[in-house]
Amino acid sequence: MDLATLHALNETRRGRQAAILVTDLDSGAVRLVRETDQLDDEPLAAHLAERFRTGRSGTVDVEGGGALFLTVSLPPPRLVVIGAVHISQALAPMARIAGFDVTIIDPRTAFATTERFPDVALLPQWPEEAFETIALDPFTALAALTHDPKIDDFALSAALSADCFYVGALGSRKTHAKRLDRLQALGLPGEVTARIRAPIGLAIGAQSPAEIAVSILAEIVGALRTRGTDTLLSR
Amino acid sequence: MSGVLNPRPAESDVLALAEDWVSQGRSVALATVIETWGSAPRPVGSHLIVDANGRFEGSVSGGCVEGAVVQEAIDVIGVGAPRMLDFGVADETAWRVGLSCGGRIRIYVEKVG
Repeated sequence: MDLATLHALNETRRGRQAAILVTDLDSGAVRLVRETDQLDDEPLAAHLAERFRTGRSGTVDVEGGGALFLTVSLPPPRLVVIGAVHISQALAPMARIAGFDVTIIDPRTAFATTERFPDVALLPQWPEEAFETIALDPFTALAALTHDPKIDDFALSAALSADCFYVGALGSRKTHAKRLDRLQALGLPGEVTARIRAPIGLAIGAQSPAEIAVSILAEIVGALRTRGTDTLLSR
Repeated sequence: MSGVLNPRPAESDVLALAEDWVSQGRSVALATVIETWGSAPRPVGSHLIVDANGRFEGSVSGGCVEGAVVQEAIDVIGVGAPRMLDFGVADETAWRVGLSCGGRIRIYVEKVG
């Protein structure tokens, strides 16, 4: 692999962008394809799209002999939780075990304490402020759990604008209907706010905060693994 | 307050390190797991980097065949052309280097730069 390609690959990783390194196993030639690249004239477009979705590296046989190896490089998924609440205390360690970088944001310093959240990145700030430290992106999931519009609404609209792969909000259908009215009054179109998963979590009959955390994490994993497709998990 | 991101040793770190090594003037080879059959300890896409002195970082087999891969990588640094390596129970070399898990792996070794 030439140094320029290695450098470009490392740059995409540092910038939390998805990329695939295509290596011709016969000639040794390499090229880098970023997820943001225009793929209209790309003979491998279907293979690349599938691999950007699954994150799996592997070999593609070329017509007429030869083989290409696709090394898929996806940014590590992140979970941003709005609300240092009871559900978050269970969700944070579970999500970390599942491989997510977790950050909890809550301006209420009585909630956002290291005693309640020992091993997790905790920002005791308003989302407006916290998002200057932690940039939302398409490999970030956001779960809004405070029930407080003053805290949740901005975070939700920011997550939708940043094209987060998962945006979920705690609250009943009635609460959510009012939330949609508020977000649409802020100028967010209905087809955008429709991306919010609410009531949050897969319907598994969860009752305790820990069980609700399981249902939220399962929904997030589902969204990650169907990223870039129209598949919406049934609720 | 702790850092915003948890430290996660990842394949990217090995690739970043490869670039660092080259910028220090070291010759580097990159080994990548291309295919696995049966029980294999490291997934497809895993990397190992090796310099001309045999120093290495990363892993392609969790330790089973690293020694043999490092030797081949030093060769690749000298010769320049990439090379495909196969290890498995069907291969006598595998017994010698000890892929005890019973799986088979194919590893592509290329020079960086």
